[in-house]
Amino acid sequence: MHGVEGFMYPNEVELQWSILIVLYPFITGLVAGAFILASLERVFRVEAVKPTYRLALLTAFGFMLVAPLPLQLHLGHPERSYEMFTTPHKTSAMAMFGFVYMWYLAVVLFLEIWLDYRKDIVLLAQSATGLKRWIYRLLTLGSYNVSDKSLAIDERAGYIITVIGIPSAFLLHGYVGFIFGSVKANPWWSTPLMPIVFLFSAMVSGIALVMLMYMAAVKIRKQQIDMRCLDTIARYLFYTFVIDFSLEMLDLIHRMYESGESFQSLDFMVHTRLFFSQVLLQIIAGTCVPLALLAANQVYRFSDATRRLMYGAAGGLTLIGIFAMRWNVVIGGQLFSKSFLGYTTYKLEFATREGLLPAVFLMILPFVIIWGLITLLPPWSATHARVVGGQHGGVS
Amino acid sequence: MKEAAHLIRVAALFVTALLVFLLVRQKVMPATFGQYGHFRGSALEEIRARPIAFAGRPTCEMCHDDQLKVLKTSKHANIGCEACHGPQAKHADDTAAAKPILPDTKLLCARCHEANAAKPPKFPQVLSKDHSGGEACNSCHQPHSPKIG
Repeated sequence: MHGVEGFMYPNEVELQWSILIVLYPFITGLVAGAFILASLERVFRVEAVKPTYRLALLTAFGFMLVAPLPLQLHLGHPERSYEMFTTPHKTSAMAMFGFVYMWYLAVVLFLEIWLDYRKDIVLLAQSATGLKRWIYRLLTLGSYNVSDKSLAIDERAGYIITVIGIPSAFLLHGYVGFIFGSVKANPWWSTPLMPIVFLFSAMVSGIALVMLMYMAAVKIRKQQIDMRCLDTIARYLFYTFVIDFSLEMLDLIHRMYESGESFQSLDFMVHTRLFFSQVLLQIIAGTCVPLALLAANQVYRFSDATRRLMYGAAGGLTLIGIFAMRWNVVIGGQLFSKSFLGYTTYKLEFATREGLLPAVFLMILPFVIIWGLITLLPPWSATHARVVGGQHGGVS
Repeated sequence: MKEAAHLIRVAALFVTALLVFLLVRQKVMPATFGQYGHFRGSALEEIRARPIAFAGRPTCEMCHDDQLKVLKTSKHANIGCEACHGPQAKHADDTAAAKPILPDTKLLCARCHEANAAKPPKFPQVLSKDHSGGEACNSCHQPHSPKIG
């Protein structure tokens, strides 16, 4: 049979989970990572990353809105696929997505953004005109109280939500890893390390994305980049990446030492069908190169322009590497036979329901949403002043 | 309390959204959902209403008992008739309306018996190119009782 090597059971020949299921953990990872970067400033008071705080929240929100779409598209049946949200089965890890999603989107992200922007929204509701005025008015929920006391309450509430939000972000992406890690029939996925590896790779990808978004936003707005902020984000990216890489290596070493019955088969797959996406894209281009670029900045002091270039390259390669990691997990886990005696091929379609075209569209859509959000709620608004301990904080 | 009034409003918004969700859920949830378990009860009826494709071995045996007698004594005894001959419910309903096409044994037998290193060594397998040179398998083997001699 074309594309099949050795022995495959009939139900293994065709892959059930396509590129859309690769996008699902990739997008939710970006959400969790972006939120965790935002929480650094809020909870851990890392002042240097403050210019990216709101941008990170809006990025997380924009991607969160798109996160369920790959699943919906994959399910097909638009007339009933929404039922995964209305009638989730409590014993199915996959169906629990609805609960995790609604908690994170509505309670954590929406509330945090709303509380942080409330003062801006009130001011804009009074100054804007036309349709925008009505949108801002709606967003005020009829409350125009922006007294110091009221803003201090917002600050306190926002802080509590962020504190709740951090374990929620961990839960969201740990859960995505759990979906794969709990499939005991698949040795490529079944490891308790999977949720932790997914979580750290999510943080890596989210931080890299916000860093790139910040660089792009500054460039578009023709403003001076805050190098202290960029250096700090790059440093956090480096630290998180080191932990992520160590965890992945730990998993690899563990598999090699354990050398279970599946090892030979999986090892063969990595050296053949997954060589490009795993060894070249994920490990060399997507991990070693960005890690080297980021590490070099911890040792040497380059000029601002060189650092920007290095961070940009590291961020871009990191995103490619993490996407390749999701690809290798989702697609790689379906390429080999449970008999460990054969391999199949994944043929990526183009303009079909689960093809490359909808995948590209789903990756562009969050940026369109973020652009809309930024237009409505500018993250660099001059009115953004946070009350810290009853005092107005800095202006970003 | 006055200073936190907006928080009460947002809480009210959430409660309203939850109530709307529950109402919409009630409205859009299929009526028979949960009747027998975590699925639409009417799905059973829908599945039952679908046309039957396979007749089943006992049905084949009603007319072709001579073939079944041979099959039952051979290595292929446990293979269902329709695994090779395809779904035959229409033929069982009206033998004249749907006449089964005899399978091409060159392709059919190779599905299981083409040599592959991954198959258990005791399983009968041949390289059909070397073994028959393009000749149909049933020119030597009787598929219902394939052993020769």
